[in-house]
Amino acid sequence: MNARLRTPLAKIEGLGSAKSGTLHFWHQRMTAVALVPLSIWFAASALAYVGAEQGAVATYFAEPVNAVPMFLFILASTYHMSLGLQVIIEDYIHKEGQKIAALMLNRFAAWAIGAASSFALIKMALQ
Amino acid sequence: MADAPNSPGPSPRPYGRPLSPHLQIYRWPITMAASITHRVTGVALAAGTLFLAWWLIAAASGPEAYALFARLAGNLFGEIVLFGFLWSISFHLLNGIRHLAWDAGYGFKVPTAKLTAALVYAGSLILAIAVFAVGIMVRRGLGT
Repeated sequence: MNARLRTPLAKIEGLGSAKSGTLHFWHQRMTAVALVPLSIWFAASALAYVGAEQGAVATYFAEPVNAVPMFLFILASTYHMSLGLQVIIEDYIHKEGQKIAALMLNRFAAWAIGAASSFALIKMALQ
Repeated sequence: MADAPNSPGPSPRPYGRPLSPHLQIYRWPITMAASITHRVTGVALAAGTLFLAWWLIAAASGPEAYALFARLAGNLFGEIVLFGFLWSISFHLLNGIRHLAWDAGYGFKVPTAKLTAALVYAGSLILAIAVFAVGIMVRRGLGT
């Protein structure tokens, strides 16, 4: 293609109605790919510890080999969740004020759930 | 639905004007059902993160907090939530892989999309039932 017909990347970044649509799309896909192995690992771990004693769960997450993937699972899943719920909010809520409030609440909730889960995990990991 | 960007704004719909058909009118092709199920299971998994946080906080807090979690999660309601969570994660995972294949440019032919949708439904049910059954066996093994 003729170089003159191409728009320099620097000139189009941040443009468009959403300003950052490609970034959202790409992050959704990256977290999706990361969550394929992480969610399988999580399901297997949770399954092995259903009905176990508290001490067994705490001991499991005291091992870095278990705490680190769990931390990655918390990060990727809460981020993927906030990206997905954002799309749903943008699809169904059309009043501007309500939409902004819902989008904020969505991010706050994702951070709160992610922070609470991570704090509990780190507490067990460092015990 | 929102008004079109160039419409004069919200106005009462003139009497007798045809309405655009919506979900309850269309026949549900399996691809459409799979798309809606993907979104619904995503919302269900978002609610499930609250249980994940509760589980981790209870485990980090000590035996009493964990015993309360285990007692509340161990009844019939807890079993139904657990199975719903397992099926949701199975469906969202398998259909998510289907989405990633589309992103890479594969599987767009209508018969292929219908077949993969059916495979995702069947696979997610088999996966969820198998994992749930293994969970029951693990608990029996622990004697709880």
